[in-house]
Amino acid sequence: MRFSYYPGCTLKTTAAVLENSALKAARALGIELLEQEEWQCCGAVFPLTVDEIAPFLSSVRSLAAAKDTGEKLVTLCAACHHVLKRANHVMKTDKDVCNKANNYLQLPDQYRGGTEVIHYLELLRDELGFSALAQKVKKPLTGQKIAAFYGCLLLRPPAVMQFDNAENPSIMEDFLRTLGATAVDYPYRTECCGVYLSVQNEEIVAGMVEKIINSALRHGAEAIVDACPLCHYNLLELQQKTTHGKLTLPVYYFTELLEEALGLEDRAEEKMAI
Amino acid sequence: MRRIGVFICWCGTNIANTVNIEGVTEAAGKMPSVIYADNYKYMCSEIGQSMIKEAIIKEKLDRVVVAACSPRMHELTFFKTAAAAGLNPYLVEIANIREHCSWVHKDKQEATGKAIALIRTAVAKAARNKELWATQIPVECRALVIGGGIGGIQAALDIADAGFEVDLVERTPSIGGRMAQLDKTFPTLDCSACILTPKMVEVASHHNITLYTFSEVEKVDGFVGNFEATIRKKARSIDLEKCTGCGICWEKCPSRVKSEFDEALVMRKAVYVPFPQAVPNVPVIDRASCRRFTREKCGICRKACPAGAVNYDQEDEVLQKKYGAIVVATGFDILDLDDFGEFSYGKHPDVLTSLEFERLVNSSGPTGGRLLRPSDQSPPKNVVFIQCVGSRDKSRGKPYCSKICCMYSAKHAILLREKYPEAQAYVFYIDIRTAGKDFEEFHRRAVEEYGALYLKGSVGKVFPDGDKLLVKGVDSLSGHAVEIEADMVVLAAAIKAKSDAPQLARLLGISTDTHSFFTEAHPKLRPVEAHTAGIFLAGACQGPKDIPETVSQASGAAAKAIILLSKDNLLSNPCVSEVNESLCTGCLSCIKVCPYGAVAEKTIEEKIHGKALKRRVAEVNEALCQGCGSCTVSCRPGAVNLKGFTNEQIMAEVDAICL
Amino acid sequence: MKITTQSLCGTMVKEIAAISGENVAKCYQCGKCTAACPVNMAMDILPHQVLRFLQLGLVEAVLNCNTIWICASCFTCAGRCPRGVDLPGVMEALRAILLRKRGFSRFKAGDMPRVLNKGMPEQGIVSGFRKYTK
Repeated sequence: MRFSYYPGCTLKTTAAVLENSALKAARALGIELLEQEEWQCCGAVFPLTVDEIAPFLSSVRSLAAAKDTGEKLVTLCAACHHVLKRANHVMKTDKDVCNKANNYLQLPDQYRGGTEVIHYLELLRDELGFSALAQKVKKPLTGQKIAAFYGCLLLRPPAVMQFDNAENPSIMEDFLRTLGATAVDYPYRTECCGVYLSVQNEEIVAGMVEKIINSALRHGAEAIVDACPLCHYNLLELQQKTTHGKLTLPVYYFTELLEEALGLEDRAEEKMAI
Repeated sequence: MRRIGVFICWCGTNIANTVNIEGVTEAAGKMPSVIYADNYKYMCSEIGQSMIKEAIIKEKLDRVVVAACSPRMHELTFFKTAAAAGLNPYLVEIANIREHCSWVHKDKQEATGKAIALIRTAVAKAARNKELWATQIPVECRALVIGGGIGGIQAALDIADAGFEVDLVERTPSIGGRMAQLDKTFPTLDCSACILTPKMVEVASHHNITLYTFSEVEKVDGFVGNFEATIRKKARSIDLEKCTGCGICWEKCPSRVKSEFDEALVMRKAVYVPFPQAVPNVPVIDRASCRRFTREKCGICRKACPAGAVNYDQEDEVLQKKYGAIVVATGFDILDLDDFGEFSYGKHPDVLTSLEFERLVNSSGPTGGRLLRPSDQSPPKNVVFIQCVGSRDKSRGKPYCSKICCMYSAKHAILLREKYPEAQAYVFYIDIRTAGKDFEEFHRRAVEEYGALYLKGSVGKVFPDGDKLLVKGVDSLSGHAVEIEADMVVLAAAIKAKSDAPQLARLLGISTDTHSFFTEAHPKLRPVEAHTAGIFLAGACQGPKDIPETVSQASGAAAKAIILLSKDNLLSNPCVSEVNESLCTGCLSCIKVCPYGAVAEKTIEEKIHGKALKRRVAEVNEALCQGCGSCTVSCRPGAVNLKGFTNEQIMAEVDAICL
Repeated sequence: MKITTQSLCGTMVKEIAAISGENVAKCYQCGKCTAACPVNMAMDILPHQVLRFLQLGLVEAVLNCNTIWICASCFTCAGRCPRGVDLPGVMEALRAILLRKRGFSRFKAGDMPRVLNKGMPEQGIVSGFRKYTK
């Protein structure tokens, strides 16, 4: 299995652990992820203004490059996935914008949305298959009660993202169960964590994070997993802001658990003991 | 040389605003064979019709073209006008310059040109019209009613009371429909069962009504006055004659499945009557869940039955019967809420649909009428009702208003307070629609006397939290986001057409709208008739409706059916196919394409060069032919012609519009 | 408050429609957006009121509210709106009108060290730049 792979800025820096664990797991699972050459920043947020095209041209370049190799384009960071998937949707459905983008970029071949963008989780579910993944689990996470946190960017807007049932998703819980863990259901799993509001309005985000963490704790979670560096930062850092530095609920990237279940990495004992 | 008169209607401003009437009249006057052209503001009015009549007589017109609205609307009007002036009605042609022209165009010059072209086409056809005469066809004096809810029951009773035989076909084991599931009815709060059960019993005992429950209509052939339906009586596995309804069989039955009638809130047995007042009060064996049929084990009910009524070997029975009229009253379903995950429906047992709530307050429901939370069987104190769940929602639901939710939610708020005077109802609404007799007063009572708190706004999400449900919503009038700790949340899920409505429509040859509701022949003036003659509509299968409206429409449909059945004969449409035997090669492709089985083969004898030769040709049964024209296009030698729409007429039209 | 035909279809109203691609008349004020909004508690004008103000042509009031800077573009409202209104797009258009003015910025290069020191991921910093500056 071979795919084009788009990492994004954050995965090369603050969220290196997300990329490292994902790539290690992919190798163990026999999935070849070819990092795109000369990929550019996706822009982190999808431009919602319809009267300008410049903000998403870099995404179009990556999409077009993936089309040239004929492979599906795999993303890992939820924000990159959101932006690439939506930019692709616009290229596929909005003829006017598509023409403008093609005229501007002067690509060797016209790009009209032909690339399929899939998230790493979708790769595991739809390409590899959770049942095949289950076969590869060496150290099942039996007994671990883990809450999945979806956040916004993978799910919404549902009509474009088509990731899962946006109001009642199950892909992360199915993933956790595949690894042998017990998935904790709690009502805040699809709520917004506050995203970039933490740049300027940290106290708002802290309040939102508190609700999410408390809800997960009340439903018996021992850890929470996410797929987005910014969710990760908010859940981890701002959680401690309301608890005066105490981490009541450990936060992991979903790939860290994957790595552990595949027997590639041991999470330190004390990490779980918090 | 023909003497054709052209009459152009303004339709008030409908046509005149977009089409230059004077210019069209002048152009029409110059068309070949046209000797008279005039216009009038409303050609369908008495004055307009008199104009036509006078001109026919004075100008000795032998053909008439009326340029006006669609022939669907007024062809019959102008046919009658011509007949009154002594002209065979089939010599009248309509040029549709409203729906086909003025309504769909904005540019006056272009529209005027198109109107002239349409009239030129009609004139060319009219010049070739021939006199035609309708023949008489007998009417089968029996009606078929499909669906045994309150709509079907009312229609069947009305038709039967008028002295005609009625067959009422119901798919489920009992008649009663949705109304039988309800507790009380707005705006009077009389008990639904108390007013419905007598009607159900009347249906069962009426000498003119034959009841087929657990049965389905499989096929319908024929046409108005002469339908032929195939009805499958599914094997009940219980002998209707022998069974006394004692109930021992379902007491003893070991298989349990979710009760459809109780909205899956409780279990029923595999042999069951859906509810205590069922008509007929005879159980059926649901073979999909019966151990006898799934595992070839068991047989307890047969052993237990004191009347010997259980018969595992019973087979489906297929009947064929003829009917003059059909009333369709197949009702509605409610929207599946899978896409509305924010309400936690299906995830938390205390989040209910309104129909489930209805069963929980119903004295014959799973809790015997004590309103209890499904999660812990405790009485709820705070109940949040949410309106428009999927209604008026073009993104995830249906764009239309479901019409009954405002009223039943007010009813539920009242019933809650009647059961528990301390309980509080909260109703989130977008708009309150109480346009019915005594409806607004009823709603105000819920607010003022029963203390229901109405909040204009929506609910964003229901967060199950412990044994409570945290409802986060908005009260838009105060401009505040609100949170309510509820014990129960009730969702007014949208009404939708039955999922198999399109199949039934195909089977009957009637049409459906984009939401699969059956369409009426005219939204204002023919609201109970389907597009197909002889088929009438009643109740929510045509669009969301409450009980009073359904009953009114059912009686209206019954009246229409009675008008039809009281005629001994119907006038047939003379626009039927005819075969020119001298051109027919006997290939019989026309038989294959005819959807009505109206073409047959026959052998004729001809004398050619003094020798008698036998030859095979096609023959049209004029009583069965519906004038669809399929045979004419399949006929290679051009031997089949549709009267009133002959190949020559159509070609003349094509020439006129192209030249 | 006086409502006039001029204010109802002023140039600003048209500009917002052009930038967002959205027709605010689609909204029938059910309040679903506000009810669904995870940050409504910090807003001075609630999301459904933003649309109502725009329907009334009261653009200035909306441009001066904090709501447009609190909106996190989480799309919860858009996913649940029964009329399919792209409210996040409208919010972005309102921000864009201000951000496209010369010299207007809510996030300056000087703010960077403060954020970087906290360990904020690049995704957050870039988002901040994109949402708060031009």
